[in-house]
Amino acid sequence: MSQAPETPSQTAGPYVHIGCTPNASGIAIYQGDLGASMKTGPVQGQEITLRGTVFDGEGTPLRDALIEIWQADAAGLFRSANETRGVADPNFLGWGRAATDMTTGGFQFDTVKPGPVPWHDGQMQAPHITMWIVARGINIGLHTRVYFEDETANATDPILTQITPPNRAATLIAKKADAGSYQFDIHLQGPNETVFFDI
Amino acid sequence: MTGSYLPRDRDWQPPALTPSYRSSLARSPQSALLSFPTSLSEETSPVFGHDILGPLDNDLILNHAAEGESAIGPRILVHGRLLDQNGRGVSGALIECWQANAGGRYRHKNEGYIAPLDPNFGGCGRTITGPDGAYQFKTIQPAPYPFPNGGNDWRPAHIHFSLFGQGFAQRLITQMYFEGDPHIPLCPILGVVKDQSAVDALTARLDMERTIHMDMRAFKFDMVLRGRNQTYFENLKDGM
Ligand SMILES: [Fe+3]
Repeated sequence: MSQAPETPSQTAGPYVHIGCTPNASGIAIYQGDLGASMKTGPVQGQEITLRGTVFDGEGTPLRDALIEIWQADAAGLFRSANETRGVADPNFLGWGRAATDMTTGGFQFDTVKPGPVPWHDGQMQAPHITMWIVARGINIGLHTRVYFEDETANATDPILTQITPPNRAATLIAKKADAGSYQFDIHLQGPNETVFFDI
Repeated sequence: MTGSYLPRDRDWQPPALTPSYRSSLARSPQSALLSFPTSLSEETSPVFGHDILGPLDNDLILNHAAEGESAIGPRILVHGRLLDQNGRGVSGALIECWQANAGGRYRHKNEGYIAPLDPNFGGCGRTITGPDGAYQFKTIQPAPYPFPNGGNDWRPAHIHFSLFGQGFAQRLITQMYFEGDPHIPLCPILGVVKDQSAVDALTARLDMERTIHMDMRAFKFDMVLRGRNQTYFENLKDGM
Protein backbone atom coordinates (compact mmCIF):
# COMPACT_ATOMS: atom_id res chain seq x y z
CA MET A 1 0.00 0.00 0.00
CA SER A 2 1.36 3.42 -0.84
CA GLN A 3 1.62 5.67 2.16
CA ALA A 4 1.10 9.40 2.22
CA PRO A 5 3.64 11.36 4.25
CA GLU A 6 2.59 12.48 7.69
CA THR A 7 1.90 16.20 7.99
CA PRO A 8 5.14 17.88 9.04
CA SER A 9 5.24 19.00 12.65
CA GLN A 10 5.76 22.64 13.55
CA THR A 11 6.51 24.13 16.94
CA ALA A 12 3.56 24.80 19.23
CA GLY A 13 5.10 28.25 19.75
CA PRO A 14 4.83 30.46 22.82
CA TYR A 15 1.05 30.83 22.64
CA VAL A 16 -0.07 27.19 22.53
CA HIS A 17 -2.19 27.95 25.59
CA ILE A 18 -4.59 30.07 23.54
CA GLY A 19 -5.59 26.99 21.60
CA CYS A 20 -5.19 24.20 24.16
CA THR A 21 -5.77 25.79 27.57
CA PRO A 22 -7.56 29.03 26.66
CA ASN A 23 -9.22 29.46 30.04
CA ALA A 24 -5.88 29.13 31.83
CA SER A 25 -4.52 31.80 29.46
CA GLY A 26 -7.35 34.20 30.28
CA ILE A 27 -9.80 33.49 27.47
CA ALA A 28 -13.08 32.38 29.02
CA ILE A 29 -14.54 29.94 26.51
CA TYR A 30 -15.72 26.33 26.07
CA GLN A 31 -16.99 26.09 29.67
CA GLY A 32 -13.51 25.12 30.82
CA ASP A 33 -10.27 23.62 29.52
CA LEU A 34 -10.07 20.04 28.30
CA GLY A 35 -7.82 17.87 30.44
CA ALA A 36 -7.89 20.25 33.41
CA SER A 37 -9.37 17.47 35.54
CA MET A 38 -8.75 13.78 35.01
CA LYS A 39 -11.57 12.65 37.28
CA THR A 40 -15.34 12.97 36.97
CA GLY A 41 -16.20 11.32 40.31
CA PRO A 42 -14.74 8.98 42.92
CA VAL A 43 -11.96 6.97 41.30
CA GLN A 44 -10.64 3.48 41.92
CA GLY A 45 -7.12 2.93 43.20
CA GLN A 46 -4.48 5.16 44.73
CA GLU A 47 -4.86 8.86 44.04
CA ILE A 48 -1.55 10.60 43.42
CA THR A 49 -0.23 14.01 42.46
CA LEU A 50 2.45 14.25 39.81
CA ARG A 51 4.53 17.42 39.92
CA GLY A 52 7.48 18.59 37.90
CA THR A 53 9.32 21.21 35.93
CA VAL A 54 10.76 21.17 32.41
CA PHE A 55 14.30 22.56 32.20
CA ASP A 56 16.17 23.71 29.11
CA GLY A 57 19.89 23.17 28.48
CA GLU A 58 20.78 26.18 30.58
CA GLY A 59 18.80 24.94 33.56
CA THR A 60 16.04 27.49 33.04
CA PRO A 61 12.47 26.27 33.64
CA LEU A 62 10.17 26.38 30.62
CA ARG A 63 7.33 28.72 31.51
CA ASP A 64 5.56 28.37 28.17
CA ALA A 65 5.29 24.60 27.72
CA LEU A 66 2.24 22.39 27.43
CA ILE A 67 2.29 18.89 28.89
CA GLU A 68 -0.14 16.06 28.26
CA ILE A 69 -0.26 12.73 30.04
CA TRP A 70 -2.09 9.55 29.04
CA GLN A 71 -2.35 6.47 31.20
CA ALA A 72 -4.28 3.39 32.23
CA ASP A 73 -6.56 3.37 35.25
CA ALA A 74 -5.71 1.60 38.50
CA ALA A 75 -6.66 -1.75 36.92
CA GLY A 76 -4.45 -1.22 33.87
CA LEU A 77 -7.31 -0.36 31.48
CA PHE A 78 -7.46 2.62 29.12
CA ARG A 79 -10.50 4.84 28.70
CA SER A 80 -10.23 4.50 24.91
CA ALA A 81 -12.26 3.34 21.93
CA ASN A 82 -9.32 0.99 21.21
CA GLU A 83 -9.43 -0.69 24.63
CA THR A 84 -10.72 -4.23 24.07
CA ARG A 85 -9.63 -5.91 27.34
CA GLY A 86 -12.37 -4.52 29.57
CA VAL A 87 -14.12 -1.39 30.71
CA ALA A 88 -12.05 1.30 32.39
CA ASP A 89 -13.01 3.20 35.53
CA PRO A 90 -15.98 5.35 34.42
CA ASN A 91 -14.86 8.22 36.65
CA PHE A 92 -11.29 8.36 35.37
CA LEU A 93 -10.44 9.92 31.99
CA GLY A 94 -6.81 8.79 31.86
CA TRP A 95 -5.84 11.97 30.03
CA GLY A 96 -4.64 15.25 31.45
CA ARG A 97 -3.32 18.46 30.00
CA ALA A 98 -1.51 21.25 31.83
CA ALA A 99 0.26 24.44 30.91
CA THR A 100 3.42 24.99 32.89
CA ASP A 101 3.05 27.84 35.36
CA MET A 102 3.88 31.11 33.61
CA THR A 103 5.88 32.29 36.66
CA THR A 104 7.53 29.18 38.12
CA GLY A 105 7.41 26.72 35.23
CA GLY A 106 5.89 24.02 37.45
CA PHE A 107 3.18 21.62 36.33
CA GLN A 108 0.87 19.37 38.33
CA PHE A 109 -1.52 16.52 37.57
CA ASP A 110 -3.96 15.04 40.08
CA THR A 111 -4.35 11.48 38.87
CA VAL A 112 -4.24 7.84 40.00
CA LYS A 113 -1.38 5.39 40.09
CA PRO A 114 -1.79 3.38 36.89
CA GLY A 115 -2.05 -0.38 36.92
CA PRO A 116 0.28 -2.53 34.82
CA VAL A 117 -0.31 -2.87 31.07
CA PRO A 118 1.00 -5.76 28.94
CA TRP A 119 3.87 -5.48 26.47
CA HIS A 120 3.82 -7.19 23.05
CA ASP A 121 4.91 -10.53 24.50
CA GLY A 122 2.21 -10.47 27.16
CA GLN A 123 4.65 -9.66 29.93
CA MET A 124 3.43 -6.87 32.20
CA GLN A 125 5.23 -3.57 31.92
CA ALA A 126 5.96 -1.59 35.03
CA PRO A 127 3.22 0.95 35.80
CA HIS A 128 3.85 4.09 33.78
CA ILE A 129 2.32 7.27 32.44
CA THR A 130 2.88 8.40 28.85
CA MET A 131 3.94 12.04 28.62
CA TRP A 132 4.07 14.45 25.67
CA ILE A 133 5.76 17.85 25.78
CA VAL A 134 5.41 20.74 23.34
CA ALA A 135 6.67 24.32 23.54
CA ARG A 136 8.33 27.13 21.66
CA GLY A 137 11.66 25.83 20.37
CA ILE A 138 10.48 22.21 20.23
CA ASN A 139 9.99 21.37 16.55
CA ILE A 140 8.21 18.08 17.15
CA GLY A 141 6.45 16.97 20.34
CA LEU A 142 8.59 14.95 22.74
CA HIS A 143 7.29 11.60 24.00
CA THR A 144 8.52 10.05 27.21
CA ARG A 145 7.25 7.96 30.11
CA VAL A 146 6.93 8.46 33.84
CA TYR A 147 7.69 5.39 35.99
CA PHE A 148 7.56 5.27 39.80
CA GLU A 149 10.53 4.67 42.07
CA ASP A 150 8.56 2.43 44.45
CA GLU A 151 7.72 -0.20 41.79
CA THR A 152 9.86 -3.35 41.81
CA ALA A 153 8.61 -4.14 38.29
CA ASN A 154 10.89 -1.37 37.00
CA ALA A 155 13.77 -3.87 37.14
CA THR A 156 12.24 -6.01 34.40
CA ASP A 157 10.34 -3.41 32.38
CA PRO A 158 10.92 -3.89 28.61
CA ILE A 159 11.57 -0.18 28.01
CA LEU A 160 13.61 0.67 31.11
CA THR A 161 15.90 -2.32 30.60
CA GLN A 162 16.81 -1.42 27.00
CA ILE A 163 18.02 2.11 27.77
CA THR A 164 21.72 2.68 27.17
CA PRO A 165 23.68 3.62 29.10
CA PRO A 166 21.52 2.01 31.82
CA ASN A 167 21.96 4.90 34.23
CA ARG A 168 19.87 7.10 31.91
CA ALA A 169 16.81 5.00 32.87
CA ALA A 170 16.77 7.00 36.09
CA THR A 171 15.57 10.02 34.09
CA LEU A 172 12.22 8.26 33.60
CA ILE A 173 11.59 7.49 37.25
CA ALA A 174 9.46 9.81 39.37
CA LYS A 175 10.68 10.30 42.92
CA LYS A 176 8.40 9.93 45.91
CA ALA A 177 7.81 13.33 47.45
CA ASP A 178 5.40 14.20 50.24
CA ALA A 179 2.48 11.88 50.94
CA GLY A 180 0.78 10.70 47.77
CA SER A 181 2.88 12.80 45.43
CA TYR A 182 5.69 12.16 42.99
CA GLN A 183 8.22 14.54 41.48
CA PHE A 184 9.20 14.19 37.82
CA ASP A 185 11.50 16.80 36.32
CA ILE A 186 12.30 16.84 32.64
CA HIS A 187 15.65 17.98 31.27
CA LEU A 188 15.68 18.76 27.56
CA GLN A 189 19.49 18.81 27.47
CA GLY A 190 22.52 18.36 29.70
CA PRO A 191 24.01 15.59 31.83
CA ASN A 192 20.54 14.60 33.08
CA GLU A 193 18.82 14.77 29.69
CA THR A 194 15.56 12.84 29.86
CA VAL A 195 15.22 9.82 27.58
CA PHE A 196 12.76 10.70 24.81
CA PHE A 197 11.09 8.20 22.51
CA ASP A 198 10.61 7.71 18.81
CA ILE A 199 7.27 5.97 18.99
CA MET B 1 -6.34 -6.29 18.51
CA THR B 2 -2.80 -5.52 17.51
CA GLY B 3 -1.45 -3.16 14.94
CA SER B 4 1.39 -0.84 15.51
CA TYR B 5 1.67 2.59 13.98
CA LEU B 6 4.01 3.13 11.07
CA PRO B 7 7.30 4.55 12.30
CA ARG B 8 7.62 8.30 12.05
CA ASP B 9 9.83 9.37 9.13
CA ARG B 10 12.39 11.41 11.04
CA ASP B 11 14.08 12.61 7.83
CA TRP B 12 10.79 14.13 6.70
CA GLN B 13 9.91 15.58 10.09
CA PRO B 14 12.04 18.48 11.35
CA PRO B 15 15.08 17.68 13.51
CA ALA B 16 15.17 18.87 17.11
CA LEU B 17 18.17 21.16 16.71
CA THR B 18 17.71 23.86 14.08
CA PRO B 19 20.09 26.75 14.90
CA SER B 20 18.42 29.20 12.51
CA TYR B 21 15.36 28.91 14.77
CA ARG B 22 17.08 30.21 17.87
CA SER B 23 14.65 28.87 20.46
CA SER B 24 15.62 25.31 19.50
CA LEU B 25 19.22 25.77 20.68
CA ALA B 26 18.59 25.13 24.39
CA ARG B 27 15.39 23.14 23.97
CA SER B 28 16.52 20.35 21.63
CA PRO B 29 17.41 16.96 23.11
CA GLN B 30 20.92 15.94 22.07
CA SER B 31 20.73 12.17 22.54
CA ALA B 32 19.21 9.77 20.05
CA LEU B 33 15.54 8.98 20.59
CA LEU B 34 14.73 5.52 21.90
CA SER B 35 12.74 3.61 19.28
CA PHE B 36 10.32 0.82 20.05
CA PRO B 37 7.17 -0.54 18.43
CA THR B 38 4.01 1.18 19.62
CA SER B 39 2.25 -0.62 22.46
CA LEU B 40 -1.14 -0.20 24.10
CA SER B 41 -0.04 3.03 25.76
CA GLU B 42 0.52 4.62 22.35
CA GLU B 43 -2.22 2.86 20.36
CA THR B 44 -4.99 4.04 22.65
CA SER B 45 -6.21 7.60 23.02
CA PRO B 46 -8.92 9.51 24.86
CA VAL B 47 -12.27 9.93 23.11
CA PHE B 48 -13.74 13.40 22.70
CA GLY B 49 -17.46 13.35 22.01
CA HIS B 50 -19.28 15.90 19.90
CA ASP B 51 -21.18 16.80 23.09
CA ILE B 52 -18.21 18.85 24.32
CA LEU B 53 -18.68 21.28 21.44
CA GLY B 54 -20.62 24.51 21.57
CA PRO B 55 -22.30 25.79 18.39
CA LEU B 56 -19.67 28.51 17.80
CA ASP B 57 -16.55 26.59 18.82
CA ASN B 58 -15.37 26.40 15.19
CA ASP B 59 -16.39 29.98 14.34
CA LEU B 60 -13.59 32.31 15.44
CA ILE B 61 -15.37 35.25 13.83
CA LEU B 62 -18.15 35.00 16.40
CA ASN B 63 -17.01 32.84 19.33
CA HIS B 64 -15.43 35.73 21.23
CA ALA B 65 -17.53 38.56 19.78
CA ALA B 66 -20.07 40.71 21.56
CA GLU B 67 -23.71 40.21 20.64
CA GLY B 68 -24.28 41.58 17.15
CA GLU B 69 -20.58 42.18 16.47
CA SER B 70 -17.83 40.17 14.78
CA ALA B 71 -14.06 39.99 14.50
CA ILE B 72 -12.30 42.40 12.14
CA GLY B 73 -10.36 41.13 9.14
CA PRO B 74 -10.69 39.15 5.92
CA ARG B 75 -13.38 36.54 6.47
CA ILE B 76 -12.24 33.04 5.51
CA LEU B 77 -13.38 29.44 5.66
CA VAL B 78 -10.59 26.93 6.36
CA HIS B 79 -11.62 23.38 5.57
CA GLY B 80 -10.23 20.02 4.62
CA ARG B 81 -9.95 16.43 5.71
CA LEU B 82 -7.93 14.71 8.36
CA LEU B 83 -6.52 11.52 6.85
CA ASP B 84 -4.12 8.84 7.98
CA GLN B 85 -1.15 7.65 5.94
CA ASN B 86 -3.27 4.79 4.63
CA GLY B 87 -5.57 7.37 3.03
CA ARG B 88 -8.49 6.82 5.38
CA GLY B 89 -10.43 9.69 6.87
CA VAL B 90 -9.84 9.99 10.61
CA SER B 91 -13.24 10.50 12.22
CA GLY B 92 -13.96 11.75 15.71
CA ALA B 93 -10.63 13.52 15.96
CA LEU B 94 -10.28 16.66 18.04
CA ILE B 95 -8.81 19.59 16.10
CA GLU B 96 -7.93 22.71 18.06
CA CYS B 97 -6.60 25.89 16.45
CA TRP B 98 -5.17 29.22 17.56
CA GLN B 99 -3.94 32.26 15.71
CA ALA B 100 -3.10 35.95 15.76
CA ASN B 101 -5.71 38.51 14.76
CA ALA B 102 -5.93 40.49 11.52
CA GLY B 103 -3.16 42.78 12.80
CA GLY B 104 -0.83 39.93 13.77
CA ARG B 105 -1.48 40.23 17.52
CA TYR B 106 -2.22 37.30 19.86
CA ARG B 107 -4.49 37.52 22.86
CA HIS B 108 -1.86 36.39 25.39
CA LYS B 109 -0.25 37.98 28.44
CA ASN B 110 3.26 37.39 27.09
CA GLU B 111 2.48 38.98 23.72
CA GLY B 112 4.25 42.31 23.17
CA TYR B 113 3.59 43.18 19.53
CA ILE B 114 2.26 46.75 19.05
CA ALA B 115 -0.63 45.76 16.77
CA PRO B 116 -3.93 46.24 18.64
CA LEU B 117 -6.13 43.57 20.12
CA ASP B 118 -9.52 43.10 18.52
CA PRO B 119 -12.02 42.95 21.40
CA ASN B 120 -14.20 40.64 19.32
CA PHE B 121 -11.47 38.12 18.53
CA GLY B 122 -10.23 35.47 20.98
CA GLY B 123 -8.11 33.53 18.53
CA CYS B 124 -9.02 29.96 19.43
CA GLY B 125 -11.37 27.39 17.96
CA ARG B 126 -11.99 23.67 18.02
CA THR B 127 -13.98 21.01 16.24
CA ILE B 128 -14.30 17.24 15.89
CA THR B 129 -13.91 15.61 12.50
CA GLY B 130 -16.90 14.06 10.78
CA PRO B 131 -17.25 10.44 9.60
CA ASP B 132 -14.98 11.04 6.59
CA GLY B 133 -12.45 13.13 8.52
CA ALA B 134 -13.84 16.45 7.27
CA TYR B 135 -13.51 19.63 9.33
CA GLN B 136 -14.04 23.34 8.90
CA PHE B 137 -13.40 26.60 10.70
CA LYS B 138 -14.70 30.08 10.02
CA THR B 139 -12.16 32.70 10.98
CA ILE B 140 -10.39 35.87 9.90
CA GLN B 141 -7.13 35.71 8.00
CA PRO B 142 -4.30 36.42 10.46
CA ALA B 143 -1.51 38.86 9.57
CA PRO B 144 2.23 38.16 9.55
CA TYR B 145 4.03 39.28 12.70
CA PRO B 146 7.64 39.82 13.80
CA PHE B 147 9.31 37.59 16.36
CA PRO B 148 12.59 37.74 18.27
CA ASN B 149 15.10 35.42 16.62
CA GLY B 150 18.24 37.53 16.42
CA GLY B 151 17.37 39.32 13.18
CA ASN B 152 14.52 40.94 11.30
CA ASP B 153 12.36 37.83 11.34
CA TRP B 154 8.69 37.68 10.47
CA ARG B 155 6.26 34.80 10.54
CA PRO B 156 4.16 34.19 7.46
CA ALA B 157 0.45 34.42 8.19
CA HIS B 158 -0.42 31.10 9.84
CA ILE B 159 -2.89 29.16 11.93
CA HIS B 160 -1.67 26.68 14.55
CA PHE B 161 -3.39 23.27 14.64
CA SER B 162 -3.36 20.63 17.37
CA LEU B 163 -4.50 17.19 16.18
CA PHE B 164 -5.78 14.39 18.38
CA GLY B 165 -6.30 11.20 16.41
CA GLN B 166 -7.23 7.69 17.53
CA GLY B 167 -3.92 6.75 19.14
CA PHE B 168 -1.62 8.82 21.31
CA ALA B 169 1.19 7.99 18.85
CA GLN B 170 -0.62 10.18 16.29
CA ARG B 171 -0.49 13.28 18.49
CA LEU B 172 0.67 16.20 16.36
CA ILE B 173 0.90 19.99 16.39
CA THR B 174 1.53 21.87 13.18
CA GLN B 175 0.92 25.20 11.42
CA MET B 176 -0.97 26.09 8.26
CA TYR B 177 0.29 28.76 5.86
CA PHE B 178 -1.44 30.59 3.01
CA GLU B 179 -0.67 30.08 -0.65
CA GLY B 180 1.28 32.99 -2.12
CA ASP B 181 2.59 34.47 1.14
CA PRO B 182 6.03 35.97 0.33
CA HIS B 183 7.24 35.25 3.88
CA ILE B 184 6.98 31.49 3.36
CA PRO B 185 10.53 31.02 1.95
CA LEU B 186 12.00 33.46 4.50
CA CYS B 187 10.69 32.09 7.80
CA PRO B 188 13.22 30.31 10.07
CA ILE B 189 10.45 28.38 11.84
CA LEU B 190 8.95 27.03 8.64
CA GLY B 191 12.55 26.65 7.44
CA VAL B 192 13.10 23.74 9.84
CA VAL B 193 11.08 21.76 7.28
CA LYS B 194 13.70 21.07 4.63
CA ASP B 195 11.77 19.40 1.84
CA GLN B 196 9.88 21.76 -0.50
CA SER B 197 7.08 19.20 -0.75
CA ALA B 198 6.81 19.30 3.05
CA VAL B 199 6.48 23.09 2.91
CA ASP B 200 3.81 22.65 0.25
CA ALA B 201 2.00 20.18 2.53
CA LEU B 202 1.69 22.96 5.11
CA THR B 203 0.37 25.50 2.61
CA ALA B 204 -3.39 25.92 2.21
CA ARG B 205 -4.74 26.61 -1.27
CA LEU B 206 -7.41 29.07 -2.24
CA ASP B 207 -10.54 27.03 -2.93
CA MET B 208 -12.99 28.99 -5.06
CA GLU B 209 -15.48 26.10 -5.04
CA ARG B 210 -16.09 26.49 -1.32
CA THR B 211 -15.78 30.27 -1.35
CA ILE B 212 -19.11 31.71 -0.20
CA HIS B 213 -20.51 34.34 -2.55
CA MET B 214 -20.40 37.85 -1.07
CA ASP B 215 -19.28 36.43 2.28
CA MET B 216 -15.93 34.65 2.65
CA ARG B 217 -13.10 33.11 0.67
CA ALA B 218 -12.22 29.47 1.33
CA PHE B 219 -8.84 27.78 1.82
CA LYS B 220 -8.40 24.03 1.65
CA PHE B 221 -5.97 22.28 3.97
CA ASP B 222 -5.77 18.50 4.40
CA MET B 223 -3.72 16.99 7.21
CA VAL B 224 -2.26 13.49 7.54
CA LEU B 225 -1.70 11.54 10.74
CA ARG B 226 0.41 8.40 11.12
CA GLY B 227 -1.11 5.26 9.65
CA ARG B 228 -1.16 1.69 10.88
CA ASN B 229 0.70 -1.31 9.61
CA GLN B 230 -1.52 -2.96 7.06
CA THR B 231 -1.99 -6.17 9.03
CA TYR B 232 -4.17 -4.13 11.36
CA PHE B 233 -6.87 -3.72 8.72
CA GLU B 234 -7.04 -7.42 7.92
CA ASN B 235 -8.25 -8.01 11.45
CA LEU B 236 -10.45 -4.96 11.66
CA LYS B 237 -14.15 -5.39 11.35
CA ASP B 238 -15.82 -3.42 8.61
CA GLY B 239 -16.94 0.00 9.70
CA MET B 240 -14.83 0.19 12.83
FE1 LIG C 1 2.04 31.83 15.76
